[in-house]
Amino acid sequence: MPIESVNDFVVRFANVNGSGSASANELFARAVLRMGVPAAPRNIFPSNIQGLPTWYEVRVSGSGHLGARGGVDLMVAMNPQTWDKDVASIEPGGYLFYDSTKPTPPSKFRDDIAVIGVPLTAICNREYTDPRQRQLFKNIIYLGALSALLDMDVAEIEKLIGEQFKAKEKLIAPNIHALHLGRDYALQNLQCPIKLRLKRSDAVGDRIFIEGNSAAALGAVYGGATVCAWYPITPSSSLAEAFARHCARFRVDPETKKNRFAIVQAEDEIAAIGMVVGAGWNGARAFTSTSGPGISLMQEFLGLAYFAEIPSIIIDVQRGGPSTGMPTRTQQSDILLCAYASHGDTKHVLLFPEDPAEAFEFSAQAFDLADRLQTPIFVMLDLDIGMNRHLCRPLAWDDARRYDRGKVMTAAELEAGKDFGRYLDIEGDGIPYRTYPGTHPSRGSFFTRGTSRDPYARYTEEGGPYVDNMDRLLRKFETAKGLVPRPLRRNAEKPTRYGVIYFGSTSPAMDEAHEILAASGIALDLLRVRAFPFHHEVADFVAGHDQVFVVEQNRDAQLRALLINEAGLDPARLVPILHYDGTPITARFIARAIGEHLDSRKVTPIRKAVS
Amino acid sequence: MTYIVKPTFHHPGLPKNALGYTHRDYEGSVSTLCAGCGHDSISAAIIQACFELNIEPHRVAKLSGIGCSSKTPTYFLGNSHGFNSVHGRMPSVLTGANLANCDLIYLGVSGDGDSASIGLGQFAHVVRRGVNMTYIVENNGVYGLTKGQFSATADRGSKSKRGAINSDSPIDLVSMALQLGATFVGRSFSGDKKQLVPLIKAALEHEGAAFLDVISPCIAFNNHPGSTKSFDYVREHNEAVNRLDFITGRAPIHVDYEPGTVEIVEQHDGTTIALRKLDAEYDVHDRRAAMNFLMERQAAGEVVTGLLYLETDGEDLHAHLGTVDKPLNALGERELCPGSAALEQFNARLR
Ligand SMILES: Cc1ncc(C[n+]2csc(CCOP(=O)(O)OP(=O)(O)O)c2C)c(N)n1
Ligand code: SF4
Ligand SMILES: [Mg+2]
Repeated sequence: MPIESVNDFVVRFANVNGSGSASANELFARAVLRMGVPAAPRNIFPSNIQGLPTWYEVRVSGSGHLGARGGVDLMVAMNPQTWDKDVASIEPGGYLFYDSTKPTPPSKFRDDIAVIGVPLTAICNREYTDPRQRQLFKNIIYLGALSALLDMDVAEIEKLIGEQFKAKEKLIAPNIHALHLGRDYALQNLQCPIKLRLKRSDAVGDRIFIEGNSAAALGAVYGGATVCAWYPITPSSSLAEAFARHCARFRVDPETKKNRFAIVQAEDEIAAIGMVVGAGWNGARAFTSTSGPGISLMQEFLGLAYFAEIPSIIIDVQRGGPSTGMPTRTQQSDILLCAYASHGDTKHVLLFPEDPAEAFEFSAQAFDLADRLQTPIFVMLDLDIGMNRHLCRPLAWDDARRYDRGKVMTAAELEAGKDFGRYLDIEGDGIPYRTYPGTHPSRGSFFTRGTSRDPYARYTEEGGPYVDNMDRLLRKFETAKGLVPRPLRRNAEKPTRYGVIYFGSTSPAMDEAHEILAASGIALDLLRVRAFPFHHEVADFVAGHDQVFVVEQNRDAQLRALLINEAGLDPARLVPILHYDGTPITARFIARAIGEHLDSRKVTPIRKAVS
Repeated sequence: MTYIVKPTFHHPGLPKNALGYTHRDYEGSVSTLCAGCGHDSISAAIIQACFELNIEPHRVAKLSGIGCSSKTPTYFLGNSHGFNSVHGRMPSVLTGANLANCDLIYLGVSGDGDSASIGLGQFAHVVRRGVNMTYIVENNGVYGLTKGQFSATADRGSKSKRGAINSDSPIDLVSMALQLGATFVGRSFSGDKKQLVPLIKAALEHEGAAFLDVISPCIAFNNHPGSTKSFDYVREHNEAVNRLDFITGRAPIHVDYEPGTVEIVEQHDGTTIALRKLDAEYDVHDRRAAMNFLMERQAAGEVVTGLLYLETDGEDLHAHLGTVDKPLNALGERELCPGSAALEQFNARLR
């Protein structure tokens, strides 16, 4: 039976990297959105520029589920290299769209799917002579054919093409022509529409469609970052590049045309973080963006920034590790690396945005937190959030908001005789005052070092002052708990003994799994952790449930380890649900894992066992 | 160990500079280095240079890596902010600091291990970026702080205190700085205050990457016969190409060298250097010739000192990046935050 669905299916485009398919595929996703139907696209790409397979998956979800779903209902198979695998991945009853120019033996198909052939190459060869044009327009032609097959509003695609080529107007007509070549072929030769179709809706609202890396970079602009030092690495490069773009737009002095920012592509990640530390020390708001291998290289500086208390922001767009791992796949596997970065006793503040909107907010907030806490702040993105466009609420900014530059002693205060000790805890929150270099001719200077020192920044190897200082840093970490974004709790409709803790990009899949499980009678309370150190609500949540599933995208249950270690939680109550094959976690996976666990569990609830 | 703070009592008769500061105002804590260490002489020269240049001490940011040499910023300019960073990475910290505030004077102090061994990469990149700074390497050919292992500037064949022979080729940071585009390159010797003080002054006034390699014997681990970084060896093989007088823009130009051998060089900021050439062949404005000359003398076992290269119209990193004149760390919300209206327009383009 062919799959039948309106506004709820997954289309996957199988392409060859570098063939120009990306923009046509994105046009498809945008057209769905313009029809008022939520969609979640994801790039699946290799660590290569040209020639290797790449996939673009669009989940069309009228009900607004934006996590990856898993499975493919319609495969647009444009890459002969991956044909067999692509055909095999189609759900029974699904559809295969392919280029039928060359005959394909029947053995290459499946009986349980519908096959739709369009002679794309033949149409291109007839229409165009230039090989590059043949390649590029082929993508638009299949988009045209799909528009007919899925009953899309072709006017929306035409409008999008117009917007896309606003600056190169002469490209509009040929693209629209190509679009209709495909559309007309399908209308004349194929049964249109198929049983997967789109219907105009109004479920998108005022949401925007943006990549997490661009949103986080804009957050840095709004948060007042003036120095960015970085070293290229997938999947974080596009963040620094987006920062450069946003700065060119928002940060050029209109009169002098000079820049209110400095961006340096450093020689490596050690230098990148060194520049951030130097700039932070000198009173500028500075950040770096990187991924796991970069964080590994930055370790020594991160310890210095922790111990010498220098505001610094690190945006980690996580990818699959260890080592070079899966550089173009997603994971949440740098949690422990960042939480305890560097030798000696260290702990760092981590923020876990769920999507681009939160990436914008947390990235801006990170600069206030870094200045207030005088310490490194990690914004933990991942490839799924960073490198895919997501449908999310519009970015918002309150114009009344002022930057919190933290405890900085001014020349006037120094002049008035205020006692300055760089590491002196006056207010009891563990946070000392600092001065910017050059503040006052004779007061407030100090020597910054990674060696131990007394409250007045004088070098000492005495045990007493060392311990006092280390304990003050812990006090400061306690203070951080009240400043970082709080966890968000959502209770099941009825009281339940089971809870779930999750974070970051797992969010949309978790929301959907929550619904799936609720429909099958499994009630779960949810807690989305948004920062480390953990707010006491996290421990309270665990205490209030017999079992808490900790859902994460790594092998070693890193957040769970951090919960056990830092919130003193009982490991027996925390059940790891782990997804780590490099693809984004899906609702199906979570629901199955939790469901199976609960089915197989015939054990006595903990409360009964201990009482 | 705790630093001993010097008494702040000032003798009323101490000479004052144009700002009314005495020599004392440029000093730091009492040095804890070995008595006789070359590094202390360099600190003294830095103090003298800043005093003579009428620099406000708090307008200097002094940065270093790790090593005996990198400890020295504690021993001069006590009213400046200092940053003892991590081993070999001072250049990146200095770069970041410089980006944050273009109005301070940046003084980087490092050792040969710090800059030529672990930090060679950062040394190269800070120079090629043209960061406006004075970068001094206190070069003793060994790791002083970790007790005498060879550093990457140790000459091939030189003997360690324990008798080991270095078989690796040495790195000459002066040649590298020239090759990498430094706009001010000099070499001196910690024991030659007359040459060193004016060189430091000229470097501090230079707008761009100024590099000074200062041979600074380690009396604990590298001052024995057979070491090419010992006092005796350097004294005997020092080949100075010029002597210089550094004259600030405000002072009248007064040169008391014989005419014909003196060249007056005006720097970017209007300050002036009077160079007395010792080697008639030597031209400080010819990068290629400087490199050739260095290699030639090196082969003869000589240590060339003096101002080796000077480019007066170079641009610094801020100029390359086109940053605003106001220090970036002084910009506030008004200049940095585009506000909600701009954000609404941004959103609108993403629908
Ligand atoms: C990452 C790291 N590795 C090793 C060390 C140990 N260490 C401290 S100073 C030093 C060498 C310093 O040599 P140099 O820069 O020549 O300074 P000097 O003491 O000779 O003035 C080393 C290896 C360190 N501090 N950090
Ligand atoms: S060990 Fe050598 S470099 Fe270090 S202080 Fe002593 S003499 Fe100076
Ligand atoms: Mg040394």
